[in-house]
Amino acid sequence: MSADIPANQPPGQPPGEEPASFVFTAENLERARRIIAKYPEGRQASAVMPLLDLAQRQNGNWLSRAAMDYVAAMLEMPPMRVYEVATFYTMYNREPVGRHFVQVCTTTPCWLRGSDEVLHACERKLGIGPGETTPDGQFTLIEVECLGACVNAPMMQINDDYFEDLDAASTERILDALARGEKVQAGSAKGRRGSCPEGGPTTLKEFARRAGVQPAGGDD
Amino acid sequence: MLRDEDRIFTNLYGFESFGLEAAKKRGDWDNTRALIEKGRDWIINEVKESGLRGRGGAGFSTGLKWSFMPKQSDRPHYLVVNADEGEPGTCKDRDLMRYDPHKLVEGCLLGSFAIGAHACYIYIRGEFYDEASNLQKAIDEAYEAGLIGKNACGSGWDFDLYLHRGAGAYICGEETALIESLEGKKGQPRNKPPFPAQAGLYSCPTTVNNVESIAVVPTILRRGAGWFAGIGRPKNTGTKVFCISGHVNRPCNVEEAMGIPLKELIEKHAGGVRGGWDNLLTVIPGGSSVPVLPKETCDTILMDFDSLREVRSGLGTAAVIVMDRSTDIVKAIARLSKFYMHESCGQCTPCREGTGWMWRVMERMVRGRARVDEIDMLFEVTKQIEGHTICALGDAAAWPIQGLIRHFRPEMERRILEYRKMAAE
Repeated sequence: MSADIPANQPPGQPPGEEPASFVFTAENLERARRIIAKYPEGRQASAVMPLLDLAQRQNGNWLSRAAMDYVAAMLEMPPMRVYEVATFYTMYNREPVGRHFVQVCTTTPCWLRGSDEVLHACERKLGIGPGETTPDGQFTLIEVECLGACVNAPMMQINDDYFEDLDAASTERILDALARGEKVQAGSAKGRRGSCPEGGPTTLKEFARRAGVQPAGGDD
Repeated sequence: MLRDEDRIFTNLYGFESFGLEAAKKRGDWDNTRALIEKGRDWIINEVKESGLRGRGGAGFSTGLKWSFMPKQSDRPHYLVVNADEGEPGTCKDRDLMRYDPHKLVEGCLLGSFAIGAHACYIYIRGEFYDEASNLQKAIDEAYEAGLIGKNACGSGWDFDLYLHRGAGAYICGEETALIESLEGKKGQPRNKPPFPAQAGLYSCPTTVNNVESIAVVPTILRRGAGWFAGIGRPKNTGTKVFCISGHVNRPCNVEEAMGIPLKELIEKHAGGVRGGWDNLLTVIPGGSSVPVLPKETCDTILMDFDSLREVRSGLGTAAVIVMDRSTDIVKAIARLSKFYMHESCGQCTPCREGTGWMWRVMERMVRGRARVDEIDMLFEVTKQIEGHTICALGDAAAWPIQGLIRHFRPEMERRILEYRKMAAE
């Protein structure tokens, strides 16, 4: 078992068109039932965020009006309450987005380490500015606030993956690979292990050695 | 320096598996039943005696917070874990969840038992996909092994643990906004009182704790309050995961003793300031909300709640953002102003209008396109926002600007005069 969060499905309709209807697939209906069961009886509104997320994933990474209405009906909520939630939280896209949804963090910790360079590399490579989608529908670029990976700054998130320790060259490499339809290794572009300092850990050296990692020099 | 044998998060960098078997080898889930059998009061008392202060930023005594929960009540009790990590500079809970999730799962059981809760929700920020996956796997493993669920660990206590993913809203890190969000609403903070301990999730008694606060509890209970209290300084005890970002040679997370000197923290673990210690301009010591420290303070300051409060800053989440002398400090703070404008929930007028106003003025200050007396006006406006809103986001937006004016006013004035000169030519 995993968190059971399905990947984004490709868009099922031409961009810009509000589909007339939405229903969960049988698989997602089962997921929705499991999600609703996490909350006490009569408190099914608690499931609105995960269900909107599920709907968005089924719908090519954006929420149509029909999808929101469907979730509202399923949870017996007034549609307006669901629209409120869908517009309050930044992860819900109310408009179609590209297949690769590129979010570049530019908040101060990333900015200090060169997020401008990363953003410019994206703009150059994709030929679009923040808030825009490439004509082929492959990439949408946006600037976002802190994504909580500050010791691996600068970074960007593409769909569910974090790409960290970036510079212009690694950013372009990642975008090129995605454009070619390749799967790209997420995580640190410098090959760092999580938040461990580059060049090896200054603590937990025994654990590092057991895992075959060379710790930083100096006394333990 | 803290010794490895005193480190709690021995898998901080994911050198080993996060799974149950490896976690057990690291000491997790070792006779948890015996800890539960010592009873609620014993657990709360140990946590109080350990001196553990909330690791989410406010630094309130965790044990004391637990003791506010009603002893008996006809309504269900809830523990809610705040895993909505989003304070710029902060990325510690992320590692605890992706690499050491069983510490959190076990802590949820012990904490819930201590406050009389049979159910606990972990509210994790929505962007943390891998972290949610690993944590859910750990929860599933714990259920399968009978460590949680009915008769958890054979203790007779029934306990359910659920993971709830957020969807991108910094404000949900505020505990009552988080509760609103968990109920399926916009994440807008509630007026207090009533406090969550009286009426929280679904109007039931609720305690909200940060991930790190909960994840250290099993180790505290095993090794004893005295062990934890013996690390650090009085009232500022224990170990702490620090996040060191910005202009250092090797940014990293590291678990160290509370009260470690800032300079030692940066030089020992993060490879020092880029260009050497004398190239340091300033440090934000506890996440974006706390005021900057001048260089001379950085030379000697100890990293704990009370030391940093004495110099009118704060430990916050212990997210150390380092800036060297190449930094455009006004721009760095202006960018934080933009962050708070973006994240204001819009409920209180001083914050909704004030964060935007402050950002616009800060943008002018970056270029110097302002009058010198506008610096005073800006300071005055931060004071009008601070303390005049339902939650602390207004304060958090005000403090970085106050710190800037306090320590870098000459630089702001210099820009204004320079812009004047340029405009005149």
